[in-house]
Amino acid sequence: MANSKSAYSFAGKKQKPDTHIIVVWVDNEAGVLARVVGLFSGRGYNIESLAVAEVDQKQNISRITIVTTGTPQVVNQIKLQLKKLVPVHKVADFKREDKNVIFKEMALFKFVANNGKLNKAFEACKNFNPVILDKTNKSNVIQITALRREIDTMSKNLKKFGLVSVSRTGAVAMTRGSEIFK
Amino acid sequence: MPKFYSGAEIVFKCLEDQNVSHIFGYPGGAVLPIYDELKNFNSIKHILVRHEQGAGHAAEGYARSTGKPGVLLVTSGPGATNAVTALTDAYMDSVPLVCITGQVPTHLIGTDAFQECDTTGITRPCTKHNWLVKDVNDLAEIMHKAFEVATTGRPGPVLVDIPKDIQFQKSKYKNFKNNKKLNGKSHDNYSQKNIDELINLISKAKKPIFYTGGGVINSGTKASELLRELVYSTGFPITSTLQGLGSFPADDNQFLGMLGMHGTYEANNAMYSCDLMINVGARFDDRITGKIDEFSPKSKKVHIDIDPSSINKNVKVDLAIVGDIKSVLTSTLKTLKKSKNNFSKSNKHQISNWWEQIQKWRSKRSLDYIGSEETIKPQYAIERLYELTKDKDTYITTEVGQHQMWAAQHYKFNKPNRWMTSGGLGTMGYGLPAAVGVQIAHPKKLVIDIAGEASVLMTMQEMSTAVQYNLPIKIFILNNEYMGMVRQWQELLHDKNYSESYTAALPDFVKMAEAYGCVGIRAKTPEELDDKIIEMLNIDRPVIFDCLVDKQENCFPMIPSGKPHNQMLLGPKDQKEKKITGKGRTLV
Repeated sequence: MANSKSAYSFAGKKQKPDTHIIVVWVDNEAGVLARVVGLFSGRGYNIESLAVAEVDQKQNISRITIVTTGTPQVVNQIKLQLKKLVPVHKVADFKREDKNVIFKEMALFKFVANNGKLNKAFEACKNFNPVILDKTNKSNVIQITALRREIDTMSKNLKKFGLVSVSRTGAVAMTRGSEIFK
Repeated sequence: MPKFYSGAEIVFKCLEDQNVSHIFGYPGGAVLPIYDELKNFNSIKHILVRHEQGAGHAAEGYARSTGKPGVLLVTSGPGATNAVTALTDAYMDSVPLVCITGQVPTHLIGTDAFQECDTTGITRPCTKHNWLVKDVNDLAEIMHKAFEVATTGRPGPVLVDIPKDIQFQKSKYKNFKNNKKLNGKSHDNYSQKNIDELINLISKAKKPIFYTGGGVINSGTKASELLRELVYSTGFPITSTLQGLGSFPADDNQFLGMLGMHGTYEANNAMYSCDLMINVGARFDDRITGKIDEFSPKSKKVHIDIDPSSINKNVKVDLAIVGDIKSVLTSTLKTLKKSKNNFSKSNKHQISNWWEQIQKWRSKRSLDYIGSEETIKPQYAIERLYELTKDKDTYITTEVGQHQMWAAQHYKFNKPNRWMTSGGLGTMGYGLPAAVGVQIAHPKKLVIDIAGEASVLMTMQEMSTAVQYNLPIKIFILNNEYMGMVRQWQELLHDKNYSESYTAALPDFVKMAEAYGCVGIRAKTPEELDDKIIEMLNIDRPVIFDCLVDKQENCFPMIPSGKPHNQMLLGPKDQKEKKITGKGRTLV
């Protein structure tokens, strides 16, 4: 009841908020992202990260992945409100802790430093599938894929190796195994 | 060779195929091609309003009194932004509207052109869906889809924004109506198991209550008939929200009156103390629930609604039945008859104590007020208006404020679609244009806007529309010179600091009526009230009735802010004893 819309609920019983990953399949048409994002801002739900791209060129379907926090009641409302939007086909919802779902974010790190530091930086990234995308004698750009918190920690820890710029995507999600979400 | 039509023609062909007979609108630069085609489509009558908000509310009144979607046609920029209040109002109260707006030509979009605005952007949060038509070949399909979305599932407003160049371009016309499954998001999603569970709860309940809302009315007149049948065949008490009034006869003994902030003592206490609450097409709005933690603490709650997102939004329920009220009630009645024939008789004993308790609450007579021989009490004015019009099939619209609550409390509705009021959004200025729309739909019927003097001034210009189309609407103004509900809250919550709630320079409504070319009547004393009302009813022209009422009267009973249902203020005496303090003051 934390974000209840009722004017009377000032002393509501607090439910515990959880982090959820909401995946929405939508028609890729003008304004559809604004509809989804506007629903979140208009109803006071928060967005931690957002990733969106067309995934089916034939049928013009885009897949939007939103990371949000909310009480079970709020998350349920988010799903039901999303399903009401005309261009929305289906909505999936996963808890961040869900072991059956893979979550990944990608980050690009730019380092400007001497060779020693650049090597150390690459070394530090080695758990997160590092790829060197660009290299000069005083800089490089490393791509990693990891979880949100891992990237948070990395971008903090890598400062000492000459990290000057970070660019990162929102989380994308996929279920494990042979099943797909219908 | 298929025939080619201009975008403007296609708009009208779609309206024709959707059986639209009236549109409310106001011309302007970006819709001129559409207005140019009007003359070629005789089956569609255009009602020229005086402000686009008026077009919206008139379309709402039309829609709510007929069950058909209301259509409005306005120009780009200010035309569209003026319609936003009405669209939001329709969105909150689930009224099907199709709003057609002109837009600057495609090549000028985004250049800050004259009368350009981001119409689809502005109206995105206040419509079920909206479309900017970028290709004339999509126009017909979009138009038909717009009607489908507006009228299916939980009804609501939609908007189609048509750039001026598209209105000139030509395309083939195809009637998409019923052609394929369109995405109106209808949700009939319940099983017989749900119905069996409901019957089981009904048969066990000792303190049951039906709590019904606007969804019953939106589901069609048949739904109201089925509701009556269900209520009679269970013998349960029933209360209704503001929007649901009329779906069950108000003069029936099983009806406890309206519930909520200004609902009756018996309805609110029954809601608080019941052991089974059956919500039929209502949405646990904050005006209804009062303090949510203490809302009906001991009851099992059943929620029947077509909108899945209304379930568990404000109040957690034990049994949710997602579906159209008409279809759910049909199944429920069928199952009830099959499993428990003659239920109301066999169950009478089980709920007799409950009815006794309800009679005790009823005996408080919470709608009573202190009468006066010198000044007209507003409640008395409504009572007399009801008594003198109850034999006619009267349609009532209202503005927003004290007069609206008094009308809901004291005017008794026995049929659905007779009561048009702005509940969710609370739009002052709704009633007069809505009355215009209702009268257009029902030219022979008596249509009265019960108004407050402050509200009615917000859309007063529509009197001119009423005069132009010979619409004999009656504007019954309860004139207390205050924004009455604001004044009441200031009295209760702000130590009688009546900040800006008094209108020091009101127009002379009688002269104003004459200036508009209609009739003005003024009533000053209770003694002359009846004669004046009868005089009003006998005039077959628009009338503005200036009823001068008690300036200090407050609307009771009332659940004060932050209080649960069982702590109502019943009248001026309670008001002193139960002062509103603390957090309650911050609430709306």
